[in-house]
Amino acid sequence: MPSEAKAAETYVEKPRTLAELRADLISGRTKATDLASSYYERIEKKNPRLNVYLSLTKERALKQAERVDALAAKGDPLPALAGVPVGIKDVLVMQGAPATAGSKILQGYRPPYDATAVAKLDAAGAVLLGKLNCDEFAMGSSTENSAYGPVRNPVDTERVPGGSSGGSAAAVAANLAVATLGSDTGGSIRQPASFCGVVGVLPTYGRVSRYGLIAFASSLDRVGPFAANVRDAATLLGVIAGHDAKDATSSAAPVPDYAAESDKPLKEPGKAGLRLGVPAEYFAEGLDDEVRAAIEGGIAALKAAGCTVKPVSLPHTKYAIPTYYLVATAEASANLARFDGVRYGYRSAESEILSSLYRHSRDEGFGAEVKRRILLGTYALSAGYYDAYYLKAQQVRRLLAEEYLRAFAEVDAIVTPTSPMPAFKLGEKTGDPLAMYLADIYTVTASLAGICGVTVPCGTTQAGLPVGMQVLAAHLHEGTAFRVARAVESAHL
Amino acid sequence: MRQKGNGEEQGMTVKVTVEDVERVAELAHLQLAPEETPRMLHDLNAILDYVAELNELDTSGVEPLAQVSELLGVAAAGALRADVVLASLDRAVVMAQAPETDQVFFKVPKVIER
Repeated sequence: MPSEAKAAETYVEKPRTLAELRADLISGRTKATDLASSYYERIEKKNPRLNVYLSLTKERALKQAERVDALAAKGDPLPALAGVPVGIKDVLVMQGAPATAGSKILQGYRPPYDATAVAKLDAAGAVLLGKLNCDEFAMGSSTENSAYGPVRNPVDTERVPGGSSGGSAAAVAANLAVATLGSDTGGSIRQPASFCGVVGVLPTYGRVSRYGLIAFASSLDRVGPFAANVRDAATLLGVIAGHDAKDATSSAAPVPDYAAESDKPLKEPGKAGLRLGVPAEYFAEGLDDEVRAAIEGGIAALKAAGCTVKPVSLPHTKYAIPTYYLVATAEASANLARFDGVRYGYRSAESEILSSLYRHSRDEGFGAEVKRRILLGTYALSAGYYDAYYLKAQQVRRLLAEEYLRAFAEVDAIVTPTSPMPAFKLGEKTGDPLAMYLADIYTVTASLAGICGVTVPCGTTQAGLPVGMQVLAAHLHEGTAFRVARAVESAHL
Repeated sequence: MRQKGNGEEQGMTVKVTVEDVERVAELAHLQLAPEETPRMLHDLNAILDYVAELNELDTSGVEPLAQVSELLGVAAAGALRADVVLASLDRAVVMAQAPETDQVFFKVPKVIER
């Protein structure tokens, strides 16, 4: 068939780096339209098994690719992410595309606007392929809480990809996008990136606008990128970061050239090397032996690259999970009050009066984990319990944040495992919500403190499961985290 | 680290009852199916038992931290935007998403039962 012959002729493999793709587009060796079509071909083939994409935005993607090809043909300068095939976690809205947040309650909703991070990618020439599966309202650590079925880990399809941005991590790992956007409230970018063996970025709170991100816990929610390598992830952050009048919590701090920052060696000539802190609390009971060994190997490589390594103490770490689950569920119970079957999405057919319309729409629309968290949050905020739970958690949150500030007075970055275990099996933890919450033990502290971090692949287990190292840095010091992560990557562990 | 002695509990050790779950569900506008309640009761108690660990910490005199922007060394959320009217989404576009509408208003069933 002639169409098949044509497809074979124009099929484009994964570009190794964004810089390589850019050079290929400028020289005319690659066409953005061919690249986009090749990704859609792969998605068609692999998605039925992996369940990474919930919907595709082909029309918009191909229009953008044509624009890029036209620019390249004329020899005009290309924007920063020209032609880069990107997937978007389905908690970020794209104009006219279904937005489900992994929930039945948003069935049929097509938002009339773009999230700021999405609009910035679009303006930078990225080709937006579609919307990626995730845990319902980003609540989960395995992507098994999606109303549209679980995502499978491309490394081992019997295992979870992590969560809640499981689709975003798996898409990069399976080469169903060159890069993706996810959201991280308690670890939802970092943990799946580590489970799937890709790079994930937790930007400082306020670094990336939350406008158009379907809110889970507003004081914790961040938008951040996934990519196959550190430099590409840094480039993406540079594009989506910056102040936005539509998000009053977004930071006005200037956006540095993160990719250039990541190019800097750990020890510059004539200067002392970066100071790394290793917190004993992150290497205590509960850490998988193989993960420990891999991270220790990573730390040794960083030492060899010129870092000084010293112990730091973060003694409140053990209180982070209870603190996080009180703060996050309290905020979620307020944020999710807006889903009521009136203005958009799912409406129950069973409603004689307004109050029963609310109750039935919410009961039929929300899944079990979302209900559990709404109930917990409502309880923690209810009269008589507010001080004991919510206020107490906010006090401990300050202790946790101050502990990090003290540590960052002594070190430039802190390195830890991203997750206490490699990717677990599908169904392994679904029966025990508390066991699932504990999977977030190493990620929730940075969420509560508002600091930034990068997770970078750092070796594998005997079974070949990826291990991720979490590199944390102080507020707005993403460049430092990228630099350290780049050194781990270069060590080829 | 601040630690607290025994006997100074602040009420985090209360057991949740079926009535509590039903009351909270009502506050949250959730109509739990009868078979959902026992599971939620069990899970809430397990989670609340676990978070009671926070009672070990003496937090008297610690200012609650609701939002981390104050910790950032920059004027993060400081500047308020100018109080001017800007264009918002077009009504027709928004109403098109409603489950039931007359294009001007959202339609809902009656509010009060007679």
